[in-house]
Amino acid sequence: MADHAPPAYPRLAASGDRAVVIELSDEISEETNRRVVALAEDLDRHPIAGVVETVPTYRSLLVSYDPLILRGRDLRSLLLQRLATMRIDGTRGRRLIVPVLYGGGAGLDLAAMAEMKQMHAADLVALHGAADYRVYMIGFAPGFAYLGGLPEVLHTPRLAVPRQRIEAGSIGIGGRQASINSVAGPSGWRFIGRTPLRLFDPAREDPFLLKAGDHVRFRAIDQSEAEALDAAVAAGTAQADWEDA
Amino acid sequence: MTKLIVKQAGPLMSVQDLGRTGFVQMGVSASGPMDEVAMRIANRLVGNPQNHALLEFAVLGGQFEVDAPTSFAVTGGAAAITVDGERVDGWASHVLLPGQVLRIGALTNAVWGYLALSGGIETEPVLGSRSTHLRSGLGGLDGRRLAPGDALPLGTPADDPVGMPQRVLRLPLPRAAGPIRVIDGPQAGHFDEATWQQFLRGPFLVSGSRDRMAQILEGPPIRAAGGHDIVSDGTVMGSIQVPASGRPIVLMAERQTTGGYPKIATIASVDLSRLAQAMTGSLIRFKRVTQDQAEDLWIARRRWLETACACLNGNGDAGMPEGGGS
Repeated sequence: MADHAPPAYPRLAASGDRAVVIELSDEISEETNRRVVALAEDLDRHPIAGVVETVPTYRSLLVSYDPLILRGRDLRSLLLQRLATMRIDGTRGRRLIVPVLYGGGAGLDLAAMAEMKQMHAADLVALHGAADYRVYMIGFAPGFAYLGGLPEVLHTPRLAVPRQRIEAGSIGIGGRQASINSVAGPSGWRFIGRTPLRLFDPAREDPFLLKAGDHVRFRAIDQSEAEALDAAVAAGTAQADWEDA
Repeated sequence: MTKLIVKQAGPLMSVQDLGRTGFVQMGVSASGPMDEVAMRIANRLVGNPQNHALLEFAVLGGQFEVDAPTSFAVTGGAAAITVDGERVDGWASHVLLPGQVLRIGALTNAVWGYLALSGGIETEPVLGSRSTHLRSGLGGLDGRRLAPGDALPLGTPADDPVGMPQRVLRLPLPRAAGPIRVIDGPQAGHFDEATWQQFLRGPFLVSGSRDRMAQILEGPPIRAAGGHDIVSDGTVMGSIQVPASGRPIVLMAERQTTGGYPKIATIASVDLSRLAQAMTGSLIRFKRVTQDQAEDLWIARRRWLETACACLNGNGDAGMPEGGGS
C-alpha cells in the first residue's frame, strides 16, 4: 500500500451514506472486542438521536444512522467523544454452558479430525470442552455466534467444498474459530457434535440466546441426556444454564 | 378478512415491507425491498402507509384474485397489466373486484416489480417486520417465495377501495442517467491507485448472477493489494466487496450482516434503486462522491419522495398532464 504511516486507531470510515464504521484495531483480541462491545452498549444506554442500530464485530463497530436526522460528519465526532468518555463495565459478564453430544450423526468430522491431529477422539473432545470461549460477534445468519478461544491444536482449515445442509445446533470448527450453528444451512466448517439448545428461535420470548461479549463453555452429554433435552426444547421448557463469567 | 389469492407466481415473488430494523447485531438481515422508492410509491398509490407489506417480484408477475373489492397498484417498471383482459396502467391505482383476474406480465425495462393492495398484506410479523428473508426462512408467508394456491390476508383499507378516486403518479421518476455514485468503502485503502483507476473506468456488466442477496459484476479484475481476506466486519446494502476472484459483489437487500472480504466502495443510497433495476447485460460505471455529498443526494431523494407521496393524497390529478405515469 502507498501509505507508509502506521494506521492510527481508532479509525473512522464511511460505510455508505447511512453508516459509519469505527475500527479500534486491525487485530483480533479480547481487549479490542471488549471495547467494541462497551461502545455498542454505551450507545444503547444513551442513544444518539438519528442512530438507527449498531453491529459489533471483532474489532469494529458499524453504526447506522438516518442522514435526515444526523449527518455522518457529526456522528464521527460524537463517536470519538463516546469512546473517550465511556466506562468499560467492570463486571465480567455471563457464561452459557452448552450441552453437547459429541460424535454421532452430527459429528461428521470428529473421526477425520482426530486422525488428522493424530489424537484420540476422546482427547479432542476433552480439549474442546475444557476451553473458555468468548462470543466475538453474531453474524452471517440469525444468532450465529463466532467464538474465540479455540485451543490452537484444534485449529483446522475449512472444507474445500462446503456441505449443502448442516443442521441447527451443530458444533463447528472453522480455522481458528469455534461455532454453534443457529440455523440449518450450507457450511464449509467441520462439525464434531450437536447441542439440543436452539441459539435462535423466533417464536421464543427472547429469540436469541447469545450476544457479543458473552462467554461459552461446552459440557459433554450422553445420548439419553441429549434426548431428554431435545424433548424439553421441543416443549419449550428447557432452561438455559448460565453462570457468572 | 379479505384475501389475495395467488393463481400464478413468477419465480421470485415474496412479501416485503420496508425491512427489519434492530436485529442486524443479532445476525438478522434487514431484508426489505430491492427498490425502496418504487415500493413506497406503490403503497401510497393504494392509500397505504409507506411501510405496509406488499408483493415484490423479479421480472415475472403473476395472476391474482381477491375475495372482496380491493385497490391495487403495480410499480417498479413497465409491464402488461390486465384486469379480465383489459389493459390498465402501472404507477396508478385500480380496483379489483371478486371474480376478476389481475394478470401482471413481464417487466420490460426493470427487474423488480411491486404489487401493492389496499390494506396491505397482513401475514404475521416476525421480529417486528413482515419482510421475507428467503435464506433464513423468516417473515412473509412461512419465510418462502410465493406459489400458486397461496392465500394472503389483507388488512382493512384506510379508504373505500371502490369509492376512492384513482391515484396516478404524475411526477416523473428521478432516475438519473450517468454513472452510479459510490462512496469510498471501509477498506478502500486495500486497493492501490491503479486498481482504483480501473474500478472507476470500468465498465462493469450487470451479470445474471443476481438475486435479492447480491449482484455480481463482470469487468476488469479488481485486485486488493492489501489482500482479499479481512477480519469480518459489518455490511450494508450497497457494500461492494471484492473476493479473490476479482469480481465485485454488490450486497443487496438480503445480504449477510457481516463479511470477510474487503469492501472497496459503497453504492450511494440515491443510486441503489438504479442498480437493482439495471437490466441484466447492461453496462454500468462508477463515480466517486464523498459521504457528505451522498447524504445530500439521499436527503433530496427522500424529500422528492415525500412530495410525490403528498401529491397522491386525494388530489393527485389536479392540473397535471396525462400520460406521465407509465
